[in-house]
Amino acid sequence: MAPMLEVRDLVVDYGDGTRVLDGLSLAVARDEVVCLLGPSGCGKSTLLRAVAGLRPPDGGTVLVRGRPVDGVPDGLAVVFQDYGRSLMPWSTVARNVAFGLPRDLDRPTRAARVREALGSVGLADVADRRPGQLSGGMAQRVAIARALACRPTLMLMDEPFASVDAQTRADLEDLLLRVRREYGTTVLLVTHDIDESVYLGDRVLVLSPRPAAVVDDLTVDLPSPRDQITTREDDGFVRLRTRAAERLRYPDGAPETPRA
Amino acid sequence: MGANPSPARRRRTTVAVRGAVGLLAFLAVGEVVGRSGLVAPELLPPSSVVLARLAEIVGDPAFRADVVATVLAWVISLGLALAIALPAGLLLGSVPGVRIATRALVEFLRPIPSVALIPLAVVLIGQGPGSKIALAVYAAVWPIMFNTIYAVADVDPVLRETAAAFRVGRGRFVARVLLPAVAPFVLTGVRLAAAIALILLVSTELLVGGARGIGEFITQAGSGGGRMDLVLAATVVAGLVGLGANALCTAVQRRWLSWSDVP
Ligand SMILES: Nc1ncnc2c1ncn2[C@@H]1O[C@H](COP(=O)(O)OP(=O)(O)OP(=O)(O)O)[C@@H](O)[C@H]1O
Ligand SMILES: [Mg+2]
Repeated sequence: MAPMLEVRDLVVDYGDGTRVLDGLSLAVARDEVVCLLGPSGCGKSTLLRAVAGLRPPDGGTVLVRGRPVDGVPDGLAVVFQDYGRSLMPWSTVARNVAFGLPRDLDRPTRAARVREALGSVGLADVADRRPGQLSGGMAQRVAIARALACRPTLMLMDEPFASVDAQTRADLEDLLLRVRREYGTTVLLVTHDIDESVYLGDRVLVLSPRPAAVVDDLTVDLPSPRDQITTREDDGFVRLRTRAAERLRYPDGAPETPRA
Repeated sequence: MGANPSPARRRRTTVAVRGAVGLLAFLAVGEVVGRSGLVAPELLPPSSVVLARLAEIVGDPAFRADVVATVLAWVISLGLALAIALPAGLLLGSVPGVRIATRALVEFLRPIPSVALIPLAVVLIGQGPGSKIALAVYAAVWPIMFNTIYAVADVDPVLRETAAAFRVGRGRFVARVLLPAVAPFVLTGVRLAAAIALILLVSTELLVGGARGIGEFITQAGSGGGRMDLVLAATVVAGLVGLGANALCTAVQRRWLSWSDVP
């Protein structure tokens, strides 16, 4: 069976000659959660845009379930980095969440899907509010609910938990792990946070500065289900996060001098 | 709420009170100047006389018919202008090719003062209400269209990408994203257009015989007996009509566009 996602020698050039992506390759298996860890501006959002079919690549191929991407693939949902700007301020929360639902669903089914998605992010009580009346963290959860409502088989998330407080962030991380357990969703998630990538991922791909290349592919073999307290104390967790931090810091290999 | 009004309501009350004070001061100055002998009372009658005349003409069926004629022409003009300018603005804003192809024409037409076209319109269309409506539509189209074009360019690219990522089709994109996003700017355009259209309507009525309306009433009062009191009273009515339209726009904005921070 073909992997859920396969990116081969992807090239993206925004036109000024310097390539944002120059021959990037990676693969994501079905039901896998893969975290992308990379420095700011290395091309992570650009990669997700190409995978989502929002920008045709200038070279290489993107395959979803073995089929080349041209246009947005079926069963794909995106949580954008600018979650606040990706909500429609004129529509209620419920209508925002329903925005991505397939057109052929009848009204009761749509309403039920919206309720369920809002319930799973803990926002059942704000369905009739407008995004402008929500906090940043709540708006972020609405954007996540909108993606969940589509019951995606492949979910792309671009720094979905940035800029929320630590507690909300932990809750949202656990929400994601629960969702992927319940629905078997494949997730490709971009983050700046090393701990988060290890906590959430089955694998962590460490990217080099622009043009992004995979400099390390870490398999996270931590016990499941994960727990915010015990998992983070696990020796394996600490080893992985140190390794990821090192590869992020020294993409070309650690310096010769032993560190103190 | 009666004992402890909301801040928004209190602010609105303050604005209303200040507006009334300003108006009263203006009327007082008018009264004093009118009675001072600085100008002949036939040329600038005191405020009290104008207000008395206002009460009279408001009761006059002929004048009321004139007001209705102007307001009706106004509503028709703005409706037509919106029906032309909104789709045109959406098209010009969305399709760069069309925008580039029409740029020269638009840049040529835009600076022509619409009032200068009154004689042309009368020659082409005749002296009936058709001319003044055509002129008002022509003048009103520009601010609505340019605001729409600007608003389309202003739609957040993240929203466009979101719609694309969720496979939202063209029709639904227009209905759910594009139209709501441009609505506040379009309303601002309609506000500007309303003022300009009223100017065009009254000017045409003033200058062209046989076009019924407030403007014609003013011309007759001014030329026949030099009745400046009637002229000013009718002018006040024109101002009040404009004020009412603006209040209507504000109500629409409050009711449907409260999510927006466009003033
Ligand atoms: N539409 C665009 N046109 C031109 N250049 C772009 C465009 N989008 C992104 N870039 C450039 O491409 C590079 C990579 O951008 P991208 O948004 O993919 O980075 P990122 O890894 O997601 O960064 P961050 O972690 O800060 O979100 C940046 O240097 C950016 O300036
Ligand atoms: Mg990014």
